[in-house]
Amino acid sequence: MGTSAGGTDMSLENPGDLESPVLAIDPLLDDPKTRIIVCCGSGGVGKTTTAAALGVRAAERGRKCVVLTIDPARRLAQSMGLSELDNTPRPVTDIDESAGGTLHAMMLDMKRTFDEVVLQHADPERARAILDNPFYQSLSAGFAGTQEYMAMEKLGQLRALDAWNLIIVDTPPSRSALDFLDAPQRLGSFLDGKFIKLLMAPAKVGGRAGMKFLNVGMSMMTGVLSKVMGAHLLGDVQTFIAAMDTMFGGFRKRADATYKLLQAPGTAFLVVAAPERDALREAAYFVERLAAERMPLAGLVLNRVHGSGAPQLTAERALAAAQALEEPRENLVDGGIVDREAGKADSVADGTDDGTDPKTPAEAADDMTIPPEQRLAAGLLRLHAERMRVVARERRTRDRFVSVHPEVPMVDVAALPGDVHDLDGLRSIGERLAGDHPAAA
Amino acid sequence: MSPQQSTPTRLHIVTGKGGTGKTTVAAALALALAAEGRRTLLIEVEGRQGIAQVFETGALPYEERKIAVAPGGGEVRALAIDPELALLDYLDMFYKLGRAGRALKKLGAIDFATTVAPGLRDVLLTGKACEAVRRKDNAGWRAYDAVVMDAPPTGRITRFLNVNDEVAGLARIGPIYNQAQAVMRVLKSTETAVHLVTLLEEMPVQETVDGVAELRAAGLPVGAVVVNMLRPVLLDDADLESAANGRRTAVAKALSQAGLGGARKGGQAERLVDPLLAQAHEHAQRVLLERRERAEIATLGLPTYELELRGEGVDLGGLYRLADSLRKQGMTGGES
Ligand SMILES: Nc1ncnc2c1ncn2[C@@H]1O[C@H](COP(=O)(O)OP(=O)(O)OP(=O)(O)O)[C@@H](O)[C@H]1O
Ligand SMILES: Nc1ncnc2c1ncn2[C@@H]1O[C@H](COP(=O)(O)OP(=O)(O)OP(=O)(O)O)[C@@H](O)[C@H]1O
Ligand SMILES: [Mg+2]
Ligand SMILES: [Mg+2]
Repeated sequence: MGTSAGGTDMSLENPGDLESPVLAIDPLLDDPKTRIIVCCGSGGVGKTTTAAALGVRAAERGRKCVVLTIDPARRLAQSMGLSELDNTPRPVTDIDESAGGTLHAMMLDMKRTFDEVVLQHADPERARAILDNPFYQSLSAGFAGTQEYMAMEKLGQLRALDAWNLIIVDTPPSRSALDFLDAPQRLGSFLDGKFIKLLMAPAKVGGRAGMKFLNVGMSMMTGVLSKVMGAHLLGDVQTFIAAMDTMFGGFRKRADATYKLLQAPGTAFLVVAAPERDALREAAYFVERLAAERMPLAGLVLNRVHGSGAPQLTAERALAAAQALEEPRENLVDGGIVDREAGKADSVADGTDDGTDPKTPAEAADDMTIPPEQRLAAGLLRLHAERMRVVARERRTRDRFVSVHPEVPMVDVAALPGDVHDLDGLRSIGERLAGDHPAAA
Repeated sequence: MSPQQSTPTRLHIVTGKGGTGKTTVAAALALALAAEGRRTLLIEVEGRQGIAQVFETGALPYEERKIAVAPGGGEVRALAIDPELALLDYLDMFYKLGRAGRALKKLGAIDFATTVAPGLRDVLLTGKACEAVRRKDNAGWRAYDAVVMDAPPTGRITRFLNVNDEVAGLARIGPIYNQAQAVMRVLKSTETAVHLVTLLEEMPVQETVDGVAELRAAGLPVGAVVVNMLRPVLLDDADLESAANGRRTAVAKALSQAGLGGARKGGQAERLVDPLLAQAHEHAQRVLLERRERAEIATLGLPTYELELRGEGVDLGGLYRLADSLRKQGMTGGES
């Protein structure tokens, strides 16, 4: 594995350390056949950060790259020059272009993309009718899956422009993992639905003999609907849908085309996950779903993994040593609280557990009988114990995933102590993504 | 607590950035309220069976049922709202449409209303919650003292809660209009409070600050901020400073004294010093960052409650601990 998590002394907890193939990021970025990289994963795991970091790295290795981000953190957006949402790619400055690459970035504006689609697919008059319709206005931002659908729509547009040779796509924090795959289809089947047809063209339905029953049902329905919704609202809905009618075919075709694009060999999916139970469960689901949809999975990015530079010191020993140090010398006689196993320490007296909780660091710190360097060392040891527990927990969670999906290539990206909000931060994530290799090609 | 708080909150709406712990906090709050003897209903609106998960039970049907007993005997009931069934309920309630309702369903109208037009779906969800808040039994007693909603995330919450205003605007008159107005009255009353769950990290805090501004602008009552998954601060300022000054030799000696090997160069204890100091440095950075975020939250001037990060995640026992902690901090208003 790439980074620091693979300690040596973890063997007690993990008898057969599970390994998976290494996800090699640089070859993926460098391969001219790679045209689209989609970063997906559950909420908050680092999709946007990964997408941006890949963009920076790809550009600095010579690709003409565009990154499509969705709701980036404010400071990150600013650092990429994305202070305004104008829905078109902007060049990112301060990128090292010596290898011949460039980077553009954009933030998706959902409503604007939707409007653009309408303008593109309907004649001007109809487009106006749609854009002005109150129903459209209140729903276009909130259609189920709109963000997902629009992200895919934008991807199609960027691809069609053919101004870049690598497009990196971030995905929205979907509630169910692959909404962005499902959204186009859902929208399509809705648009083909009976209800829509019925709202749109009552007259058409009545035409055929076999439809008589439906016709009766229908007039009852229209009655009910106008009663429920108010005749006025129903009118608006009908206008809206009639106006959208002309575009339905276009929507469908685009959705199908985008879907095919995602299955194409030049596309690579990266599933991003944090080493936590829920995120990895979702990741497993993604992996399975992508396989079922025949979408090409490049591998799993395990983000925000913790490691330690001193894996040889276990949590237990560190804690015991910390307790020994926090034991004021004059109290040692009447009962230390130190675990006997740590008894190598010369300061540890014969102690019996008096049943009280170990001292909190604060209490210990208050105790002036402890020399400052001992107090500091004890603090460092407690910190280390905590870290080792996190490392062990993450390792267990990760192993669970690997035993179910041993075939999936993986790379660990260490957790940085702060958040990632500038190009240097992105570069350092990029290096970790590439298994700690410096950026140059 | 805000000065105008003469009526206790009866509808608690819990929002926050995705994954910060909305469902967990909503469940803990419901338990805490029940522990004070209040009849409490916990509502889920996103159709993800999150409540069933935190309470470690099977999927919940669309009906109010007891899900947990609080210490002291109070109970929490839970309801996972199914928007489709809620729509049929609603049509039935207002229009007595048994058969026509089923016909609507066949035609896909219900699908249309509940999945594709989230505005209508949100009307149903908020409507159902408000109905539970207002419901009385035949003798005139309130069915619930408190209703807690595990709500959509911050990015959608204002729109979600305000949907009835929008609908009222679209419908202008008629039964939908009236219903929408009634729901808005409950949501904007002093009996309602929207709580925001956050972590001490940049994005969740930023979302919280933005969310509070949006809610306030929409005239929706903001309740409290819950800072979740707080990690313990293991080194205090003085320690961090001396760690930053890198007192290597003294630390090596102390480690050696604690039985971790030799303090001389190359000794086991000595070799621990660098990595341990590096970890302390990271910790210091995190503490600094968290302090900045905490200050940001403080500018909101809202009551703030804190919940610790539970190392192994939140199991049922952990949930009761979190509930207890919220109660002790006074979030249930029991102290007034
Ligand atoms: N390896 C890392 N080390 C430290 N911080 C990180 C790392 N990766 C991401 N972060 C931070 O975590 C936060 C969330 O990351 P990001 O916005 O990329 O997640 P996301 O998956 O896009 O979230 P969402 O689902 O909300 O869109 C950000 O503040 C980011 O700076
Ligand atoms: N205080 C805590 N300590 C440890 N783990 C926690 C804590 N609070 C929540 N979690 C865990 O974090 C994860 C996310 O929590 P939860 O599902 O409550 O968040 P959410 O905001 O409802 O997420 P979503 O946006 O997906 O609905 C869960 O695995 C939960 O057990
Ligand atoms: Mg994101
Ligand atoms: Mg939830």
